[in-house]
Amino acid sequence: MSCPAATGKGAGAAASPFWDGVRRALPIVLGYVPVAFAFGVLAVKNHIPPSLAIAMSMLIFAGSGQFVLAGLWGAGAGALSVIVAVFVVNLRHLLMSAAIAPHLSSLPRWQRGLFGFEMTDETFGVHITAFQHGWKLATTTLFTCNVTAQLSWIAGTALGAFCGGLITDVKPLGLDYALTAMFLALVVPQCSSRLHLLTGIFAAVLSLGFKMAGMGQWNVVAATIVAATAGTALFLRQERREGRGQDGNAGGAAV
Amino acid sequence: MSWIAQHAELIFCIVGCMLVTAIPRMGPVMFLQADSLPPALRHWLSFVPVSVMAALLGQDIFFYNGVFSLSWTNLYLVAAVPSLLVAWRTQSFFGTIAMAMGFVAAGRALGVWQ
Repeated sequence: MSCPAATGKGAGAAASPFWDGVRRALPIVLGYVPVAFAFGVLAVKNHIPPSLAIAMSMLIFAGSGQFVLAGLWGAGAGALSVIVAVFVVNLRHLLMSAAIAPHLSSLPRWQRGLFGFEMTDETFGVHITAFQHGWKLATTTLFTCNVTAQLSWIAGTALGAFCGGLITDVKPLGLDYALTAMFLALVVPQCSSRLHLLTGIFAAVLSLGFKMAGMGQWNVVAATIVAATAGTALFLRQERREGRGQDGNAGGAAV
Repeated sequence: MSWIAQHAELIFCIVGCMLVTAIPRMGPVMFLQADSLPPALRHWLSFVPVSVMAALLGQDIFFYNGVFSLSWTNLYLVAAVPSLLVAWRTQSFFGTIAMAMGFVAAGRALGVWQ
């Protein structure tokens, strides 16, 4: 299966691992700059000084988390309740971090830590997809992608915080759809078996249902846990039925 | 009053948010011994990427302008259909993104969607 962006081997791909990393970050940058810009504008509107808005993008680097922070702060919530809310929003990264761990086990621990610090939904998405398509880990590509993504996030925040009046509407360019577009491109190769496809559909429906039921920010992490558990249960049942051995990886397309 | 004292609570809040964001992200990838996990848990982790990406998409494409919508007026939902088809048929990463963003931009430029 060709997945040029994910493997860096597409037609006209740059030869160096550095440019592979930049290339891999490209759609992320496209999505991050306008979202970070909007965050910068919102932060200043919510009485957060530009310097601290930029500090957030350097130290936290979490889209939904930072929006929650700025929103709650502007609404006058106390620091502790903001921290709890941000923890819940970002809890899904615990699962992503565990899912990508087997692919990074050859890195020294401090590099794995650095990777984790910069791991967002988007960087996780592009890297896990690349690994699943047989990408051989290149440290330069991995970190170039993550640093490029974060630099664009910081730059977008600074632009929004200091010159918020510059751009009023990114809608005509379709930039508000950039990150969704990227996940549409990433989720299809994830559906590598009928079971993975069913699990994905189940997760999407659950996440939506939980959100509509008023679960607040828990919806994504709860939907992920329930859907992955259902998928695993079906997979193990199928494996038992077919009388296959317990060798652990049979049919497990993704890890 | 110094600048830091003036913003002390916000700075405390940012540092706290940094910790609660970084710890879940860094912990598993740093300390999980992937080889020693039981097979059932490894299978479970193999279902996490598709689940989490689909969960994120599910909450994104069914809302347009902040309102839940299952109708054709939901541009995000409508644009997802040809984009998923392109992703499925061509397996092209950038092609899918171009299709999705192009569809949204064109839909608005032509005045079909707001």
